[in-house]
Amino acid sequence: MSVQTTAEVVLVDYGLGNLRSATRGLERAGASVEITDDPAAFDAADGVVLPGVGAFAEGMENAAPLRDALVDYAERGRPLFGICLGMQMLLTSSEESEREGQGDAEGLDLIPGRNVRFEGGQKVPHMGWNELSVERDYPIVDGVDGEHAYFVHSYYARPDDDAAVVATSDYGVDFPAVVANEAGNVFGTQFHPEKSGETGLQILRNFVDYCVEQ
Amino acid sequence: MPLTKRIIPCIDVDIDEDGDAAVFTGVNFEDLEYTGDPVEMARKYNEAGADEFVFLDITASAEGRETMLDTVRSVADEVFIPLTVGGGIRTRDDIKETLRAGADKVSINSGAIANPELVNEGARAFGSQCIVISVDARRRYDEQGEHYAEVDGESCWFECTIKGGREGTDLDVVEWAREAEERGAGELFVNSIDADGTKDGYDVPLTSAVCESVSTPVIASSGCGDPEDMHEVFTEADADAGLAASIFHFDEFGIDETKRYLDERGVPVRL
Repeated sequence: MSVQTTAEVVLVDYGLGNLRSATRGLERAGASVEITDDPAAFDAADGVVLPGVGAFAEGMENAAPLRDALVDYAERGRPLFGICLGMQMLLTSSEESEREGQGDAEGLDLIPGRNVRFEGGQKVPHMGWNELSVERDYPIVDGVDGEHAYFVHSYYARPDDDAAVVATSDYGVDFPAVVANEAGNVFGTQFHPEKSGETGLQILRNFVDYCVEQ
Repeated sequence: MPLTKRIIPCIDVDIDEDGDAAVFTGVNFEDLEYTGDPVEMARKYNEAGADEFVFLDITASAEGRETMLDTVRSVADEVFIPLTVGGGIRTRDDIKETLRAGADKVSINSGAIANPELVNEGARAFGSQCIVISVDARRRYDEQGEHYAEVDGESCWFECTIKGGREGTDLDVVEWAREAEERGAGELFVNSIDADGTKDGYDVPLTSAVCESVSTPVIASSGCGDPEDMHEVFTEADADAGLAASIFHFDEFGIDETKRYLDERGVPVRL
């Protein structure tokens, strides 16, 4: 019997993500990628990636048909990785939808907390390369402490429990750059690993390795 | 704050005689010169440590649109850094299909001046962070502006132009920048018709005027002749990113060389 060396990863297509870049990044990291909006595909996969570009309310609205399947998948301890907006969707709620008059959109609530806007007079969005400071020893952040990653966002995660903060960056405020749930199978990066050069590819390789080990 | 200044190479892409997408670069105000294959250049800059890559479709023709989207797809496959695509974007569908082709941000110029509501629509649907508003500014020395800057002892204002500077709009760049920001633009891409092609440096008074008026990030463009010009626009105008084309395309300076120059002078960059 051969040992499995590559992960079959499902990239969730809910109509807003930057699927192409995320696909290429995951492939470069050694995964084989299936792009789908069919929750039935989750079970057969080694990992699920929730990509993201866009507004929180529209993202949640588009992902609504997948909500139960995503929550169920995560609660069974399977690897779920949210990128940027996909990470914010892992939390409970976001200030963005209220500020933008888009109602009271509910997140997936897999990592309890709220996404809030930068309010310290910084230029918003926080756009560019910022340094990662690893706070907790998770496989997903192996080898990236002190490296730079690419961020584009106006809101950031504020988990209820500090233990969910795996890595931070400093943008006037120390904000979570990487978050994870208590069980360690649900995580997200505020930055775009598929756009963060070699550092980002390292994180995607860490994810693929984690999926293979599960 | 350790957010680094971004160094961004930019390619202007047109359809060549064979109907293929190709990069063209203006040289000393002469005709555009064939510079290379867009995908190969993207690969080169990705490896060279560019912080971002800008792809401008300069065909502005409906027929070229599909070829351009194909090329954007191929470029997106090669770069693991952010990709901004501009040129001819006029509708929400244009934004959507450009993002779907692999762009991380779209740069909108005259399409937003003609229809400012497009900025709100784009920001609402896709998030402010992917809506870049690009302006082609030109200095005017008359009294019809709203915000004036002192340049070499003379007072001027900056007008938004369209069609590559060939047509004026009477719209003040500073006013438009503020309006675009209010409407949801996530970044401002500031070109200067006066500085373009000169290699004498960015239009620092222009870049300063915009940086001081908005809180969104500003990309300085046009006129970069060497790393010193980048240093000037970062330190004197507080631009967030410096864009250049020919100095990188013709290997006059490397990305790494430029970043080291800046790093040695205390400008935060990603090395």
